[in-house]
Amino acid sequence: MSGPEVTELGIPELSLVVLVGVTGSGKSTFARTHFRPTEVLSSDACRGMVADDENDQAATPAAFEVLNFIAARRLAGGRLTVVDATNVQPDARKQLVALAREHDVLPVAIVLDLPESVCLERNAANPARGYPAQVIRRQHDQLRRGLRSLAREGFRTVHVLRGAEEIAAARIVRTRLFNDLRHETGPFDVIGDVHGCRDELESLLTRLGYQIRRDDAGRAAGASHPGRRAVFVGDLVDRGPDTPGVLRLVMGMVSDGDALCVQGNHESKLVRALRGGKVQVSHGLAESLAQLAAEPAEFRAAALTFMDSLISHYVLDGGSLVVAHAGLVERFHGRTSRRVREFCLYGQTTGETDEYGLPVRYPWAADYRGTATVLYGHTATPTPEWVNNTMCLDTGCVFGGRLTAMRYPEREVVSVPASQVYYESARPFQVAPAESAAEAPVRRDPDVLDITDVSGRRVIETAHRGRVGVRAENAAAALEVASRFGIDPRWLLYLPPTMSPVGTSGRPGLLEHPDEAFDAYRADGVDQVVCEEKHMGSRAVLLLCRDAGSARARFGAPGDALGAAWTRTGRPFFDEALTSQLIDRARVAAGQAGLFDELDSPWLLLDAELLPWSAKAGQLIRDQYAAVGAAARASLTAAADVLGQAEASGLDVAGLLQRTRARLANAAEFTAAYRRYCWDTDGLSGVRLAPFQVLASEGAAHHQRPHSWHLDLADRLVAADPGLFVTTRRLFVDAADPASVAAGVAWWQDLVAAGGEGMVVKPALNLTTGRKGLAQPGLKVRGPDYLRLIYGPDYTVPENLDRLRQRGLGHKRSLALREYALGLEALDRLARGEPLWRVHECVFAVLALESEPVDPRL
Amino acid sequence: MRIVLLTITTTVEPASDLGYLLHKHPGRVQSFSLPVGTAHVFYPEVSAERTTAALLLEVDPVGLVRGRGGQASEGFALGQYVNDRPYAASSMLAVAIKDVYRSALTGRCQARPELADSAISLELRIPALPCRDGARLVRQVFEPLGWQVRADAVPLDPAIEGWGASRYLDVTLSGRLRLADALNHLYVLLPVLDDTKHYWVSTAEIDKLIAAGGAWLAGHPERDLITARYLAHQRELTRDALARLADVDDTDPEDLDCALEPATVQGDAGLSAPLSQQRRDAVLAAVRAAGARRVGDLGCGEGALIADLVAEPAMERVVGADVSIRALRAAARRIGLDRLPDARRERIELFQSSLTYRDERIAGLDAAVLMEVIEHIDPARLPAVERVVFGYAVPGTVIVTTPNAEHNVRYPALGPGQLRHRDHRFEWTRAEFGEWAESVASRNGYRVRLAPIGTDDPEVGPPTQMAIFERAAA
Repeated sequence: MSGPEVTELGIPELSLVVLVGVTGSGKSTFARTHFRPTEVLSSDACRGMVADDENDQAATPAAFEVLNFIAARRLAGGRLTVVDATNVQPDARKQLVALAREHDVLPVAIVLDLPESVCLERNAANPARGYPAQVIRRQHDQLRRGLRSLAREGFRTVHVLRGAEEIAAARIVRTRLFNDLRHETGPFDVIGDVHGCRDELESLLTRLGYQIRRDDAGRAAGASHPGRRAVFVGDLVDRGPDTPGVLRLVMGMVSDGDALCVQGNHESKLVRALRGGKVQVSHGLAESLAQLAAEPAEFRAAALTFMDSLISHYVLDGGSLVVAHAGLVERFHGRTSRRVREFCLYGQTTGETDEYGLPVRYPWAADYRGTATVLYGHTATPTPEWVNNTMCLDTGCVFGGRLTAMRYPEREVVSVPASQVYYESARPFQVAPAESAAEAPVRRDPDVLDITDVSGRRVIETAHRGRVGVRAENAAAALEVASRFGIDPRWLLYLPPTMSPVGTSGRPGLLEHPDEAFDAYRADGVDQVVCEEKHMGSRAVLLLCRDAGSARARFGAPGDALGAAWTRTGRPFFDEALTSQLIDRARVAAGQAGLFDELDSPWLLLDAELLPWSAKAGQLIRDQYAAVGAAARASLTAAADVLGQAEASGLDVAGLLQRTRARLANAAEFTAAYRRYCWDTDGLSGVRLAPFQVLASEGAAHHQRPHSWHLDLADRLVAADPGLFVTTRRLFVDAADPASVAAGVAWWQDLVAAGGEGMVVKPALNLTTGRKGLAQPGLKVRGPDYLRLIYGPDYTVPENLDRLRQRGLGHKRSLALREYALGLEALDRLARGEPLWRVHECVFAVLALESEPVDPRL
Repeated sequence: MRIVLLTITTTVEPASDLGYLLHKHPGRVQSFSLPVGTAHVFYPEVSAERTTAALLLEVDPVGLVRGRGGQASEGFALGQYVNDRPYAASSMLAVAIKDVYRSALTGRCQARPELADSAISLELRIPALPCRDGARLVRQVFEPLGWQVRADAVPLDPAIEGWGASRYLDVTLSGRLRLADALNHLYVLLPVLDDTKHYWVSTAEIDKLIAAGGAWLAGHPERDLITARYLAHQRELTRDALARLADVDDTDPEDLDCALEPATVQGDAGLSAPLSQQRRDAVLAAVRAAGARRVGDLGCGEGALIADLVAEPAMERVVGADVSIRALRAAARRIGLDRLPDARRERIELFQSSLTYRDERIAGLDAAVLMEVIEHIDPARLPAVERVVFGYAVPGTVIVTTPNAEHNVRYPALGPGQLRHRDHRFEWTRAEFGEWAESVASRNGYRVRLAPIGTDDPEVGPPTQMAIFERAAA
């Protein structure tokens, strides 16, 4: 131990610091001096919290429960924690070491070793404490006895400060963990398992733009790139033809700062073998040992040092990238413990073995919900696949597959084929056919999502409207509907938001009028708007894939499905056979219209209206709307008859008769209103689609594109298949120009006079931020006849209308914006290729919000 | 405002005495303000030979919805706004009869007491009487009371071919009865015929109606049906989140919230015990045979099996999971969760879960039961269920029961091709179920055997079929 001049105490940034010292040794003062108050958990303070007395020894067990609980929460959150208690007994320390291990952080001991006399003196000076002197002496003995065993107890760092001077001179220096390379921001080329395939590694590095440096003997001894660094996922060695060559190249790159490398299980075992440890010489270890035996001893020694020095995982780029040989669950990122290391090297196994006698691996990636991208190797797969933001880059080069690299942050896959099969895999390795090894990585979303992705109270961070909350009861309703009636979440990539009507009109006989829409947008600073005809059908979202192969690759679609069509609550419109007919026909039209080519995407997500209304709502129309008409007709006709008789016999029923006749006319209008939206369909015949937006395609969400662009694509679909697709008529209006506004009003009047439902007014530029933030994506202006279906046949009677005008729109508008933001978020995440659960949580939240109580007539 | 109409015609001599009986002057038009709107009484025809009184109720639909507290309640489903109540002779007409013809209903008539006490020729007409069950039911309830019934179906929409009849009947009742009895019959029976939710009738009102039936109801051959329908139509007024999702999709809320409805047919002709009981017995026997101590009922519904499982002394942990919140509430009530002693309650977990999402809470079970569950899931989603149960939860034993479609021909109530429950997405033959079970077992490392539940009909097999999957040792 050094003298009093030593002042710097290094402790890992993330650790559990255990102060050890007898009562009165100044632990609390030390903690106060060197740590933030919130980092320090004091047993005295906890005693005070549970028993109102810091010295109540009877409260000690309860106080430590509290202390341990808080420490556990802090460590789980990755926060350095200091325990200020005497900790002179081995038992007390053992619990804390266990706590550190449980959270995979390093336990650190700082011992304050003051002479017994000083402690006794301080204790005597503090009568409130009043410890008997023998307690202090006993603690001191325990401390002395325990000093030597601290490292054995599991403390990875032990600092002993002897005497008041040393304590006063100490300074704490927090050091980064070895795995913490968050400051390294890349760009990187992460390279999968090489296994002694030096030729392929040289080709791959060359393809990636690295310059190979050769030694005097012409051997590759390093490689550099002007702007990038390589990161090796480990398993450089064994099985392949030139393990020493690979080591020489990678060692050179690492020592030149051109590469980082994590340890693989094969390096770990090779290190043990080279050190003469007892290992089973299998899985290609023999090849490495033989090849290395032919190398000079200095090289062997250097290789051994190199492999032994490799650490098991790196956290890079501000925490956005994690590289570990066998992958890593989120709670182990940036942590240090034996089990973290073992996970990194070997992954997790289920404890079972497969038919080839190999351990069955636990599919940790399917559960992965972290934000960091995890790149790894270890298990040879024919093609690299994204699974929940993780990718295995081991494409079995040594088994005759490919050597693969992932360009980060570009997320591009670059690979080279193996020139031959160097080693036969115990589990037969399926070499991917050349065309499927194309460099666009496929994604494989888990076939089912987790209930914790959707249930309970949730808050979703949206780019366009901040945090959007979902209440547990609404999530519960959505879970029921989604589970019992919904389509596969792998298809269900979007749900349309609800739409608010315009502000209520005060015009006689009208509840809604275009003026309020134009006024509202103008007031919000949005002058350029588009009026789109509102088709009276059912809102439909369609996913169209160019072919079954891309449907399978992108969405994990079962069988030969080419897409899906769903309703506002994610239910299918039709049975499987009819759906696939519809999708197929729409897909062919999209192909003919050149949409896949133009958007350079094998799939499209379309927002549309499916007509007629009766195709989906037939039962409801008959049970509810037609029934109202039938009852009204029967009742009112009979009433008009008896009133006519009464009038003829001289009773004064003129007012009542007049009202009754007017109601009969209203009932006829009501009936006429729904009849316009009903026609017979037989299979697909009679079914029409009116598309009005292309929501997304591969790599892109299109809500920033103006509506003119969307409608143009829709028109091309109509041109390609006029038997299926229907035009959405539209008129562009400048809300600041009275003439243009008048034209908009006239256009709406014509639409509704001809029996149309009405129109939707939208910002012409599509996604728009107005004066008060996100602008409403659309306001619906419904026609007076259509509104009979909503408000009842007689809503136009002035006294009814007056009361109906008191409708409150605030909740509906807020709901529309929240759902809109969630929908945009789903599309953005989809476009970024994020894992399915990230998309699904937004879509599910839209469904949940739809179950919020809001006046359904709006 | 909309209109409900009832006319009463008599040909008693002199017919114009109807005015005395009803306590309404034939020469005047009288109006009465009622909670549901305004009632008008007038006489379209008055003569000594034939007199008709009309009761015309103008219902105020906007007021009805806004009624409670003025503002439109946000939680209501769309069906409460656009509906037939204002036109259909329903409970509101019953209320109007009680209020407007109060004296006539009690049979009091000071001017013509003997007329009020005698049966007179009467003809009552209701031009739009809602009755989903058709004219037969109207006859069933009115004919035993001495009425001749004429009931013509009102077409749903004469302009649309193929839509056929609506649920309304243009009903004329003729007979010789006391006027008070006639009104009382209408007052009590109108709400019974109407098969719609009585949003605006309180429980207290229903009690009053049943009490009013008094003497004649006790002797009515359809008494049970009448009281049962009263009770069946009491619905919760505040609709839940699920109903709102139905609205969004233009669907009847009842089509979504039908998981707890009893099946159209339920039974086993060959045995006395109900089929549901036999099913539970068979499942329990399989659970016991597997030696399972931690058992999950996945899709537990109202919790009948949970109650049985909890009663098993060997059980350490009983998990009841269902996707329907309503089912879970019913299950908690049924097993009396909050009254159970701690030792028992601690063994039970009831929570919402879904068989198409992985759920850690159902992992680590010795046995999982899916009793009459899979047929409620779209075939396209069955692979997800398979992954969740056999791939992730991985119980030692999985017990699945489902109807045997072949047996359906033994149910006379089922039409050809009709399924046993309206929420069933499919019903499998024994071969289909066997094929599915075998493939699930082989994909997931289980062994499976099939067993019948209920009488194993030599021709068409048992009503229910069961598959018992055992996890093959690793």
